[in-house]
Amino acid sequence: MTSTPIPPVVPDTDLTTEGETEGPRGPRKISRLEKRAIAAKGRLSSPWASFLAILIALLWTIPSVGLLVTSFRPELDIRRSGWWTVIPGIFTGEAEFTLDNYDQALYGSGSNLSTYFVNSFVITLPAVVIPITLALLAAYAFAWIEFRGREILFVAIFALQVVPLQVALVPLLRDYVTVGLNGTFWTVWLSHSIFALPLAIFLLHNFMKDIPRSLVEAARVDGAGHVKIFFQVLLPLLVPAIASFAIFQFLWVWNDLLVGLTFADVGTYPLTVRVAEMAGSRGGDWHILTAGAFISIIVPLIVFVALQRYFVRGLLAGSVKG
Amino acid sequence: MTRSTMTGAARRRAFAVAAGGASLALVLAACGGGGDGGDGGGDGGDAAATPEIDCSAYEEFGDLEGTEVSVYTSIVEPEQATQEDSYDPFEECTGVTVNYEGSREFEAQLLVRIQAGNAPDIAYLPQPGLLNTIVTDFPDAIVPAPEATVSNVDEFFSESWKDYGTVDGTFYAAPLGSNVKSYVWYSPSMFEDAGYEIPTTWDEMMDLTAEIADSGAIPWCAGVESGDATGWPATDWIEDVVLRTAGPEVYDQWYTHEIPFNDPQIVEAFDATGDILKDPAYVNGGLGGVDSIATTAWTDAGYPILDGSCWLHRAANFYQTQWPEGTEVAEDGDVYAFYLPTNQTDIKPVLGGGEFVAAFNDRPEVQAFQTYLSSADWANAKAMTTPMGGWVSANNGLDPENLATEFDQLSAEILADPDAVIRFDASDLMPGEVGAGTFWTGMVNWFTGSDTQEVVDTIEASWPASSS
Repeated sequence: MTSTPIPPVVPDTDLTTEGETEGPRGPRKISRLEKRAIAAKGRLSSPWASFLAILIALLWTIPSVGLLVTSFRPELDIRRSGWWTVIPGIFTGEAEFTLDNYDQALYGSGSNLSTYFVNSFVITLPAVVIPITLALLAAYAFAWIEFRGREILFVAIFALQVVPLQVALVPLLRDYVTVGLNGTFWTVWLSHSIFALPLAIFLLHNFMKDIPRSLVEAARVDGAGHVKIFFQVLLPLLVPAIASFAIFQFLWVWNDLLVGLTFADVGTYPLTVRVAEMAGSRGGDWHILTAGAFISIIVPLIVFVALQRYFVRGLLAGSVKG
Repeated sequence: MTRSTMTGAARRRAFAVAAGGASLALVLAACGGGGDGGDGGGDGGDAAATPEIDCSAYEEFGDLEGTEVSVYTSIVEPEQATQEDSYDPFEECTGVTVNYEGSREFEAQLLVRIQAGNAPDIAYLPQPGLLNTIVTDFPDAIVPAPEATVSNVDEFFSESWKDYGTVDGTFYAAPLGSNVKSYVWYSPSMFEDAGYEIPTTWDEMMDLTAEIADSGAIPWCAGVESGDATGWPATDWIEDVVLRTAGPEVYDQWYTHEIPFNDPQIVEAFDATGDILKDPAYVNGGLGGVDSIATTAWTDAGYPILDGSCWLHRAANFYQTQWPEGTEVAEDGDVYAFYLPTNQTDIKPVLGGGEFVAAFNDRPEVQAFQTYLSSADWANAKAMTTPMGGWVSANNGLDPENLATEFDQLSAEILADPDAVIRFDASDLMPGEVGAGTFWTGMVNWFTGSDTQEVVDTIEASWPASSS
């Protein structure tokens, strides 16, 4: 990096061969890195790659756009023709749009949608905080505390990710009923926490392992105990990983239907359960579903757009390990 | 020292507050109890909005004031509201609170809850097959119907309805609402303009079909798409025709598998249905060719009648609520329905459906509520709290005058007809693998190219060996 002149004997053979073809010696090392960077940039930003990326993005967006358009169409149009048939109508001004579906989804039934919004928040926030807190502690232990059976235990936890959560539904519910938790929010909070922990521990552990050992050892030499190391050395470095997992878990819990349907009760149902009921006893009101879906999508959309840089950064940090 | 006395005092204060609160609560409870007991009689008088019932029927269950009953059903909004309203008279009589919960995932979730030991007090089972499954798999969870309910059912329902709620000689579930599926929807004004008469026999209906087709129009429209239950509307078609071509006795043998699914009499019924539904000249008005039946949503399949591109659409009475808002369902309105005719002269076969009230607890308030639901009082209360119509019951204590619409009255009339031979939807009575499986998929294949023999042979091969 610095301008230290390179001695005639360089341990890295690659560099010397590379260096001989180039001119001045000083910036040689950098120029090779730069070249690789430029090459990589060139590969990634070729017009073809951009074109492909945009094409894929467009293709992947079409269904969502279709849903959005559908949600504004009158009931009879939804039932009789596809959403794309409005495209010519937009230019001639014949296309008909209405807010009726949203009106019906929001105020159409006896139950107020806002209750379910509140329920979804009440469910989601602890269901994000609990697993992250536990997983941070567990990940710290797995990464920095030596104890017997650590490796086996870690592999066992990692292996739990393979177990589909569906097999746990009935036994878990039975336990909740026995313990008397049924009908409270705890059933949903605990279930989401249980199902999230294996992945959370794995991701956070990998991230913690990436932090240089010397940093932790230096703190230890300075007299810091586990608590101090955890809070003052590691936690600030972990913020992107925590944020990324928090977003991940938030989206998962907010959009979850299965766990909510199985463990929640009349008073604790999340929004997704209500949206699923909108189609009516015999499915005749399915035209409201699109509007219901977009109402429930608003919150995760805001969360994702607001925090997506953490999401990408944290995912890379946790999964791609050298 | 000082500190300990402080806490001592604080503790005493806290205790005093708690004791005060408790005694206050006791006083309140006593007042509440007395008050409720006192004005119980007055309530009946001023509640003009809710239908009045005779409360003495529930006295035998003792004092139920303040108890709760949980009900779990597959009926969700908007029908949920009319269900809840119909419980008001019972709640006023007894002081029981009925907690209603409807879910579209009812059939899967009910079994989960039973397994978890979290069964509701009462569940409305939409098919006898499910009752059978529950009694077989969870005999400890479900409880037989109480005496009072049994005597209500004996009084107000026919023997066959009681049989559907009976498993191995024990009567569990009283019928609740009923469906009449043997209907053909049409447009009265189109019929009038064209000078067509409503057919009274199957042959007349086929003649009419041919006549409409000759005039250049496509007479029938149909659609069987229904999400993961795609195919069921077509099974209703076949069942209706089996009742008409082979008769009720063969129908009973068919769903109990005394005769195989590919019996020649069943094949004949398939072919009679195919004369309409697989003839490109007769279907699929306003929607496409024969194969479009498989992909058209059943909820929308009758809509071409509204714009004149289809003339006839066979669908159940609950199709009434599927018409777009503003459609007038009446004999002189936009759409109406006639009984799917038959060539049989001695009987009028009717394909029906309905819910059954199963109980998972025998607390007195649960039994009282079961008894209320099986009574004529409930049927009439439900009719009065359903102003938009779309509901009918086979309860013969139901006064047709109370039903909201002309069409519901027609359904009640058909159910009460002495010639009517009511048979429950066979696919709901067959084992789940067939009735909610291969029968559905087989019908979809039938519309998309497979021939009848192929379809019935496949369904027969899928019949589970254990339940002969």
